[in-house]
Amino acid sequence: MIDSVKSFLGWFFVTGDPMIYGADASIALVSIGIVAVLTYFKKWKWLWNEWLTTVDHKKIGIMYIIAALLMLFRGGMDALMMRAQLTLPNMHFLDAEHYNQVFTTHGTIMIIFVAMPFIFGLMNIAVPLQIGARDVAYPFLNALSFWLFFFGAMLFNLSFVIGGSPDAGWSSYAPYAGAEMNPGVGQNYYLIGVQISGIGSLATGINFLVTILKMRAPGMTLFKMPMFTWSILITSVIVVFAFPAFTVALALMTIDRLFGAHFFTIAAGGSPMLWANLFWFWGHPEVYIVLLPVFGIFSEVIATFAHKTLFGYAVMVWSMVAISVLSFITWLHHFFTMGNTAPVNAFFSISTMLIAIPTGVKIFNWLFTLNKGRIQFTTPMLWALAFIPNFTIGGVTGVMLAMAPADYQYHNSYFLVAHFHSTLIAGTVFGIFCGLHYWWPKMFGYMLDEVKGKWSFWIFMISFNICFMPMYFLGLMGMTRRMYTYPAGLGWTPINVVMSIGAAGMGIGFALMAYNIVWSAVRGKKDTTGDPWNGRTLEWATASPAAEYNFAHIPEIKSRDAFAAMKEARAAGHAETVPPYKAIHMPNNTGIPVIMSAFMFIAGFGFVFEWYWMGIPGLIGVVACMIARSFVYDDHHYIPVEKVKQTEAATGRLS
Amino acid sequence: MNGTQKQLKAGFPWKQVIGLILSLTLTFLALWIAVGLSLPVHVTIAIIVSLAIFQAFIQLFMFMHVTEGTEPVHQLMGILFGIYVAFTVVAGTLWILAYAL
Repeated sequence: MIDSVKSFLGWFFVTGDPMIYGADASIALVSIGIVAVLTYFKKWKWLWNEWLTTVDHKKIGIMYIIAALLMLFRGGMDALMMRAQLTLPNMHFLDAEHYNQVFTTHGTIMIIFVAMPFIFGLMNIAVPLQIGARDVAYPFLNALSFWLFFFGAMLFNLSFVIGGSPDAGWSSYAPYAGAEMNPGVGQNYYLIGVQISGIGSLATGINFLVTILKMRAPGMTLFKMPMFTWSILITSVIVVFAFPAFTVALALMTIDRLFGAHFFTIAAGGSPMLWANLFWFWGHPEVYIVLLPVFGIFSEVIATFAHKTLFGYAVMVWSMVAISVLSFITWLHHFFTMGNTAPVNAFFSISTMLIAIPTGVKIFNWLFTLNKGRIQFTTPMLWALAFIPNFTIGGVTGVMLAMAPADYQYHNSYFLVAHFHSTLIAGTVFGIFCGLHYWWPKMFGYMLDEVKGKWSFWIFMISFNICFMPMYFLGLMGMTRRMYTYPAGLGWTPINVVMSIGAAGMGIGFALMAYNIVWSAVRGKKDTTGDPWNGRTLEWATASPAAEYNFAHIPEIKSRDAFAAMKEARAAGHAETVPPYKAIHMPNNTGIPVIMSAFMFIAGFGFVFEWYWMGIPGLIGVVACMIARSFVYDDHHYIPVEKVKQTEAATGRLS
Repeated sequence: MNGTQKQLKAGFPWKQVIGLILSLTLTFLALWIAVGLSLPVHVTIAIIVSLAIFQAFIQLFMFMHVTEGTEPVHQLMGILFGIYVAFTVVAGTLWILAYAL
């Protein structure tokens, strides 16, 4: 009896590595600490009422960003562990199996649990404010999206200490990711954790598509929208059309692993290549899901701090539309070398190179926006300016990789790794840091410190180049990705040492940014105006942070850069009449999204371990939550006029 | 308040129930044709593809409010983009895997 319990525990918990025991201890300590603090300060009720049950897009945005920052920390630690292992030849810091798990979780976490939720957080905060709306179209669904992402991410992270991490790479190619070659629960964690949060992503795409199409303030035609909102509209379309392919692929592989089907095993008539095909049919548009929104952020920030209207607005929009159409016909370039016919490779080679055209057009539009502007070098602007040259290097090497014959040389070398980090760090990461500094006062009502912000920028940006510039040459020298160690005498060692120094520098830059967040929370400059940057778009017309209902009066829009136009009219002395307030219709808070997602987590955990006694009741719980929700009729309330007056007076907006 | 009354007045959702029954029928019909009957492959494929197209129309009209909405151009563009993506994934996959299958 005791022996069987022992053997179960030894199999259930990951054992044998001192680092894992350290993680076990710290997870336990942090959990106990959080519970103790919440209990001691009697904050449980506050947590439930103000955060866990909220449907307010601004709070959901903040929760997305907190979760994404935590995940960024975890993904960054994975990166540092890999760099530590590769700094010198023949290192024994990680063994081969552990190294495989680390690069798998690094990739999956950075794309699915950092880049996407960070962008979803920023769009939750900014988009409804930019279009003059009081919330998103489906506030309940929005909360559900967040909690599905959150519990999906938690399930995935649990693999580290319970059961074992996935180790087949973030792209999880069949047949290695299949049940025969990869027994155990690690790969199930990947499939089910990503699936759960993917449902949330799909719902977010639908939600913002509808919000932007249907909830714009009167007078705001599509071509008067701020560029960030445009980028989110197009991103939402890509999400809605690309994610189903991934959902299906994950489901098929889950059926393969759990129920013994053979969609991706060649021996029984399946096709391993079909996995690569479906994965990248989602995976390539996914690249644009995490890039187009930051293009939108940079457009806002560059226009704001160049003090000019954005150059070539319509061209910017149409180039994003072109990118969205092209993004669906380039997926094969991720597996040129898997054995296709020459015409196939030729087609996808050309379609990939075509994407460089609209992207290049956007780069020139940003440069022309800067031209003759009065440029103000704030922290967000520094991130935006650094993006242009650094991202362009990633773009140019992308065109090199797009040439199928040349790709036979570059494929799976560190040249490729350097390329996609050049685009994803200089594009997405610079973009989310830029947006974080830019919208921080709107989220919390105080500024992040500029001096510390600039230090963290310079350290991170320079270290990024120290880390990833030499990596291109390392790739050309023949080092391939995903190798866990290498022999001495190949000439790779000096470059690897330099790269590890750069990686450590990026860690320091991020730590400084985290310190800046904590420091500014205590001593940061308060933003009493609601418009600290002299912004051009509507979100700056609200108080910082915006009231629960965003706008006491929904503004009438007459032109692009609506808030800049309002400020000009005010300066020209046009008197504004404030019409009487009306009661404001708002959605009620609800606990169903978090409870339903918790059931999803239970179901997911059950299916990971193939414990159907746990998985099926979990799913029944999910369905019960859906049924409960369909009988909720009392789902909205009105904020009375008196309360609106009080809130507006408190922010000094009642003349 | 008005919303609540409207929801209550809407009555029994016959349209959705009929849509659900039709969808289930078509799905199991397709399954039975593929598994239960042994027709020639191209006949099976022709039948289940036409059932699938019929099912897509049921989804669009009975669940997805394709005839409602203030701006038909949104519906049209959505459907066109959907057809583009569906065509791309099916035709592209067949072309890519033709050599591997």
